[in-house]
Amino acid sequence: MTVQDKPLSLSQLEELAHRIRCTILEITTHAGSGHPSSSWSAVEILTALYFGGVLRHRPHDPWWPERDRFILSKGHAAPLFYTVLAEAGYFDRDLLWTLRTVGSPVEGHPIRRRLPGIENTSGSLGKGISLGIGHVLGGRLNGLSYRVYVLLGDGECEEGQIWEGAMAAAHFACDNLCAIVDYNKYQETGPISREMALEPFAEKWRAFGWHVLECDGHDLSALLTSFEQAAGLKDRPTAIIAHTVKGKGVSFVEADYTYHGRALKPAEADRAREELRCR
Amino acid sequence: MPLGDKAGLKPAKPMREVFGEALLALVRENERVVVLDGDLSNTTKTLAVREAFPERFFNIGLAESNMVSIGAGLADCGFIPFITSMSGFLLTNGYDQLRLNIAIGGVNAKVVGSHGGITLGKDGPTAMAIEDLALVGGLPSFVILVPSDPATMHAAVRAMAAWEGPVYLRSSRVAMPHIYPMDACPFEIGKAIVAREGDDLTIVGCGIMVAAALDAAAMLADEGIEARVLDLHTLRPLDERALVAAARETGAIVTAEEHLLHGGMGSNVARIVAEHYPVPMRFVGLADTYTESGDPEDLLAKYGLTAEDIVLAAKEVVRAKRRR
Ligand SMILES: Cc1ncc(C[n+]2csc(CCOP(=O)(O)OP(=O)(O)O)c2C)c(N)n1
Ligand SMILES: [Mg+2]
Repeated sequence: MTVQDKPLSLSQLEELAHRIRCTILEITTHAGSGHPSSSWSAVEILTALYFGGVLRHRPHDPWWPERDRFILSKGHAAPLFYTVLAEAGYFDRDLLWTLRTVGSPVEGHPIRRRLPGIENTSGSLGKGISLGIGHVLGGRLNGLSYRVYVLLGDGECEEGQIWEGAMAAAHFACDNLCAIVDYNKYQETGPISREMALEPFAEKWRAFGWHVLECDGHDLSALLTSFEQAAGLKDRPTAIIAHTVKGKGVSFVEADYTYHGRALKPAEADRAREELRCR
Repeated sequence: MPLGDKAGLKPAKPMREVFGEALLALVRENERVVVLDGDLSNTTKTLAVREAFPERFFNIGLAESNMVSIGAGLADCGFIPFITSMSGFLLTNGYDQLRLNIAIGGVNAKVVGSHGGITLGKDGPTAMAIEDLALVGGLPSFVILVPSDPATMHAAVRAMAAWEGPVYLRSSRVAMPHIYPMDACPFEIGKAIVAREGDDLTIVGCGIMVAAALDAAAMLADEGIEARVLDLHTLRPLDERALVAAARETGAIVTAEEHLLHGGMGSNVARIVAEHYPVPMRFVGLADTYTESGDPEDLLAKYGLTAEDIVLAAKEVVRAKRRR
């Protein structure tokens, strides 16, 4: 099924999020590598954005100049991103099963414009806000008023460039810029609270001149509300801190951060499929 | 003796000023050009653009990483961003961003590193870019330009804006004498210029070392050695034809660059020569070392980047050629 231009109802969104979660499992296990846990944590964020009527975009005209921009900064959520783009009709779903193979445009981490809908190259973390500012400033010069959405990881926010970008986005009053932080409380090698002093997190964004909203990042209706609120906030950029669970939906992945950057083995995938009730 | 004197070249104003004028002219001509600055417009000479076209000028502050990625975003919006700072800070602090946001995707962004080489002088080794060409050389898809005089600087600035894809341009703090007429400069991206004819050897130079090479050629001529001087203003794409022709027709090559020998122009020239037409070569450039603060001329002399150094290398390479 290809999703229509009309926003989906809440129950349709939930159903779609579920299917996306299952597809992520299948394509990463098929590829034998990738980042399913980092993808699962942001499923609802992207589902709300792409299918809940938030992002103005045209899958059949991917580089429409007035499109809202979605910049994937945490590039390792590629399996999620590709699945969402395929569901939206940017390219054929079959391509997803070529993830991470030679000759396929479905690279381990997205490469700018290698497929319709891929706005930017990612995989080296920390660049998304800055790139988004470029799109804001360029849009201003072009007289266009699209919005720019950037998805960040929480561990990613340890990168200095995030805060260079945060400072500049406020300085240039980028109120059409919205950063969503997938705040799943884990980075690659452990809980963030143990590895780096990221907190007080919301205060940091505020101190850098941003509006801050917080919500449950798996609650589609809360996400839609936050996106709507963010669109109404003026003068300053907005950070939506979305509280999430890394590996969401698969208990043994949720419980073990060492699943970061690992595809589930076929036997593990069987268990996960069962837990998720994938068909 | 001042640079270019021996070769009869006319003095010119500092290259960074020439760059500033060329950029201002471009911004005036082409409304898609925007300029990004890392709080150095006064010294990189982009300040005139800031004053004349404030809406197309962005001071991103002391945040080179941020500046490079913002520039990439502007390029994605159809603008031609000139991302400018001192080379020693821009390529180092912005490298990950140059690679990820510009090089890998082949984004149409332009990067200008001012104060290339050691001739920025008194600020010393922490500000000197002696590795910029090697760094940008590590970014496939980047065109690399090193103008040698005011005419090539003007031509390079125009040409890089017209080129579709990433381009790096090295600018300099110091003056380089006039080599080519301003109104008839034979500059073309990827096409080395034969700045002097000769068939005993070829001196391949870029940037300030082209004038030094011409001085050296004049000195060698006094001793009956006729050197061809090849101005290799484009390091990528390399003009393989001109290099192979030089090897075949002159049988000996000296390279001269204001850069580390490791990963610079000379090593790239050597790769082409070794593969297609091996001839004796000598390399003038910085050995594996950082330099020090000082007057540019004193530094060039102390670290072996003068016409005299080229002459010595030339005589050696000609001897090696005759021994073969
Ligand atoms: C600049 C950079 N450094 C390191 C990495 C390797 N790396 C990939 S994901 C990751 C952890 C990211 O954590 P977080 O942002 O919290 O993302 P999550 O997987 O939790 O969603 C690291 C260290 C990288 N991709 N880029
Ligand atoms: Mg995390």
